Amino acid sequence: MDTLADIFVNPFAQMAANPVFLVKVIWEGLVAGMLYALIALGFVLIYKASGVFNFAQGIMVVFAALTLVGLHERGLPAYVALVGTLAVMLLLAIAVERVILRPLVNQPDITLLMATIGLTSLLIGLGEIVFGGEPKTMITRELGLPSGSIRLMIGERPLVLQRLDIVAGGTALLLVTTLAVFFQRTRIGRALRAVADDHQAALSVGISLNQIWIIVWFTAGLVALVTGIMWSAKSDVSFALEIIALRALPVLILGGLTSIPGAIVGGLIIGVGEKLGEIYWGRLVGGAIDSWLAYFIALLFLLLRPQGLFGEKIIERV
Amino acid sequence: MLYREAGQFKTSYAADQAIFPLIEDRIGMLATLLVAGAVIPAIGGDFLLNGVMIPFLIFALAAVGLNILVGYAGQLSLGTGAFMGVGAYACYKLTTQFPDVNIVLVIVCAGFFSAAAGVAFGLPSLRIKGFYLVVATLAAQFFFEWAFIRIGWLYNYNASGAIEVPGREMLGIAITGPAATSTTRYYLVLAIVIVMTWLASNLIRGRYGRAWMMVRDMDIAAELMGVRMLRTKLLAFAVSSFYCGVAGAMMVFLWYGSAEPSAFSIRVSFQVLFMVIIGGMGSLLGSFFGAAFIWALPILLRLMPELLGLRIGSQTVDQISQMVSGALIILFLIVEPHGLARLWSLAKQKLRVWPFPY
Amino acid sequence: MNRQSLSLAAFIVAVALPLPADDAKAESLYVPLLTYRTGAFAGSGIPVANGMHDYLTMLNERDGGIGGVKIEIEECETGYTAEKGVECYEKTKAKKPLVYNPYSTAITLQLIPKAPVDKVPLLSMAYGLSASAVGKNFAWVFNPPTTYWDGTSAIIKHIAEQEGGLDKLQGKKIGFIHLDAGYGKEPIPLLEQFKSKYGFELFLYPVPPKEMQNQSSIWLNVQRDNPDYMIMWGWGAMNPTAIKEAANIGFPMNKFYGVWWSAGEDDARPAGEGAIGYRTLNLNGTGADYPAIKDIQRLVVDTGKSQVTSKGRVGENLYNRGVMNSVLVAEAIRTAQKLTGKTAIDATDMRRGLEHLEITAERLKEIGLEDFMAPMKVTCEDHNGHHAVYVQEWDGKQWKPISNWFEPMKDVVRPMLEQAAAEYVAKSKPPERTESCD
Repeated sequence: MDTLADIFVNPFAQMAANPVFLVKVIWEGLVAGMLYALIALGFVLIYKASGVFNFAQGIMVVFAALTLVGLHERGLPAYVALVGTLAVMLLLAIAVERVILRPLVNQPDITLLMATIGLTSLLIGLGEIVFGGEPKTMITRELGLPSGSIRLMIGERPLVLQRLDIVAGGTALLLVTTLAVFFQRTRIGRALRAVADDHQAALSVGISLNQIWIIVWFTAGLVALVTGIMWSAKSDVSFALEIIALRALPVLILGGLTSIPGAIVGGLIIGVGEKLGEIYWGRLVGGAIDSWLAYFIALLFLLLRPQGLFGEKIIERV
Repeated sequence: MLYREAGQFKTSYAADQAIFPLIEDRIGMLATLLVAGAVIPAIGGDFLLNGVMIPFLIFALAAVGLNILVGYAGQLSLGTGAFMGVGAYACYKLTTQFPDVNIVLVIVCAGFFSAAAGVAFGLPSLRIKGFYLVVATLAAQFFFEWAFIRIGWLYNYNASGAIEVPGREMLGIAITGPAATSTTRYYLVLAIVIVMTWLASNLIRGRYGRAWMMVRDMDIAAELMGVRMLRTKLLAFAVSSFYCGVAGAMMVFLWYGSAEPSAFSIRVSFQVLFMVIIGGMGSLLGSFFGAAFIWALPILLRLMPELLGLRIGSQTVDQISQMVSGALIILFLIVEPHGLARLWSLAKQKLRVWPFPY
Repeated sequence: MNRQSLSLAAFIVAVALPLPADDAKAESLYVPLLTYRTGAFAGSGIPVANGMHDYLTMLNERDGGIGGVKIEIEECETGYTAEKGVECYEKTKAKKPLVYNPYSTAITLQLIPKAPVDKVPLLSMAYGLSASAVGKNFAWVFNPPTTYWDGTSAIIKHIAEQEGGLDKLQGKKIGFIHLDAGYGKEPIPLLEQFKSKYGFELFLYPVPPKEMQNQSSIWLNVQRDNPDYMIMWGWGAMNPTAIKEAANIGFPMNKFYGVWWSAGEDDARPAGEGAIGYRTLNLNGTGADYPAIKDIQRLVVDTGKSQVTSKGRVGENLYNRGVMNSVLVAEAIRTAQKLTGKTAIDATDMRRGLEHLEITAERLKEIGLEDFMAPMKVTCEDHNGHHAVYVQEWDGKQWKPISNWFEPMKDVVRPMLEQAAAEYVAKSKPPERTESCD
């Protein structure tokens, strides 16, 4: 009886007792969800356009952030460093397309996945050699990102929101909308979708696969840079950040691997669900459950809709 | 010229269907077993046995398990680390509850607990396919990682949260715990791996193996032909997790000597998956090749600067070895996407007609 | 054919290569350093590794080694993982090492059973298994100058001082945020005991190592529970994230206590001004204002033999911690040399040296580290000593001591350690101690 009350009654009682805290929890969930969506976006972009699940997205996030901070440390002003990092990500995109994607055209998905895993190893080693293993601080002030917080008084209790979180949420939303429009309305977006459907058919219509891939990986690199800035502003720039990429997987599953709006919606659902679950139910089982809660939420959705909320229905021919 | 099958006539069906039909293959297998069983313990020091061979064999067994699931049954899984952990912790609990039972028996029994976990988390495979299934197995991975730390009962409420392997003996010789020599442990691991690989090989060539391959190739067609999905898929998960569980128990009891929950993190899952893919999916020999490649190669790379007499900082060695491993994985995938096992069979093909080109 | 031979050759060579078991050069003291300069914990591992390496190199440069014999230092990268730790151990074991400093509780736990079998002592300075302080059961493991349980009791003592006495802790709320691993969970039994004794409420906040950079849920919980004090047992990337989050939610920093491993400059700096007031325990002095550290700068850093990225790093807290570790190693070697009368000692002599280690205040002055650490003594029964610690505070740029050296609650901690040691022995049944207490 006690346990049933604990699961079904107490958490809601707690929520009602302190509504301002509930709002804070939901806000944190939305912020976290936006950050997850940013990571998921990188995956979706590359999967949508080249059919590759880019396992190296996590390390690209770290790499982009490290390059930015590294260039700034060497004396470049912040915005020049930003442009410099974008140039580096473009070079990386070209290198990846030349060395990995071209030889592995039309190989099964698992081979390409493995290749990106190999790329991850390579980038980790390279990043550590070039930038060193010491953690660095993200140059938030130089980039113009605000710090500090806003205090809203709701009733008697204060609600403290970080300015950085608001900016991060706004940036993510902007990025997603831009990319969604880009994919739907522009010629290159159409070409990207054609490549995602069938490489050989796209080739036969005259779409240059190599160019498209470079564009896609560069865009993913751009997204990785934004993600890196946002995430490391909240903690610091180190290789521990690479593991965060795994957090995006439930988001991808929930939203569907090929849908950009799905990344956002999935991210928000997972973010809020995770936080609510951890805060109000987590204590019952010992805490720290948000590491697997997201996966269980995603799993539940998958059992109902195996292709995710917005994903393409998988049609199998026998 | 060396590998000719000309002159070898089969006079019975059994001989025709043997696993090693050619006598050269049989000699090769015997030679490998001889090297593994006699030469390596004789010449190898502690480092070779403890640092290279024992973990290679353990990971090879885990790769065999995962290959059954991924390579033969076509169900992608990233929960290997968790299932190995379940095996290890089950073994620990069993042996602390029943200290007098032979540890080898306990290790094998621990596999059954792992199989049960595998079946439980393999249930979604009946509805979800492909990449999405990976997520289900990741749920298993993260859940068990959390459970190993949170559930104090699993590690007998040790203050440090880690499990210490108690010393156990068999036939009067210490085989686990700090008193066990690496040679004893190596022989035990070798024996277990040989027996289990032999079992796996028979399983794969039998009815269930064929059912798995049907499921892998086109599961809807398989179902139409009468293969029962529930039984087949769950059996794949069960057998695969059994192997991973035994590998995990051996990892803690016969290699590490103690274990923290972080020993079964997602890194291990990825490592074993790499071994399967690089070695060749759907090939038992490939599991061994993959394990050698992924495990032994970085060690060799880390040893190289010393052997060549170069003085490089230790972390640079590590970073370079990581880069080279990554680059080699990409290289191998470009050169031979079907893995090392395919390279091996290509080599055998060439040998059969050597010195002629075809 | 060549692709095949590539892979097969790699396999065969890797497998058939017996590791060169060359002994350390004749007449040298071989000290392997199991360090980590890569991975998620590199932020904490790098300064420690530098400190350890540089002090020993300085001894080689300035004094020609110890007792006239040069120290041979070799770093082996472990990445804070048990897997590579074991590999490094096996690799370096053949070269007759004198002592192992794993700098990771996980690797230490792996090596504790192996130490009496392979007969190489383990120095887990202020980390590892607290129970190894009981020398009777752990002849080959040493963890001076103080254990995690001592540290916990010291923090509680200091908090009580702020409140006006141990009895004033009744009804207060104390939150314990820790790395969800053996290292972080060690103090919990002691905290539970204190909870029942002094009547405060205890909240536990475990941080899984994968979530070190994503602590927002945990700090939401902290906001809900609203503890009066927070104690942190963190390492690596967990520290700066936690301090940032604490500053973000406006937690009063002077009520946030960290253990001596959560006391790096790189941990407090990222939070900027928000970290001012953050307090930690410390075992050693900070800053480069000691003659020995100045020698290191002159002979090692300036001559390019060090791996520090900038001169300002010398004198940082964790750098000095590494120096302290090397001081213990060097003094133990000296003690061993004196006890046995030979200069080229081996691991068994090193164990005796560690067991008789005594560093007095005068000796500290002699080696150029006056007031750097509390004078310490290791005995046969007590491999730890439960020595004094002090509390320091971050002022935005550096650490400033805000208390004198004070003793932890030894009388509470020692019986608990003995009980824990007995439990460990009962569970894993290590071989009986055969070494005498001479």
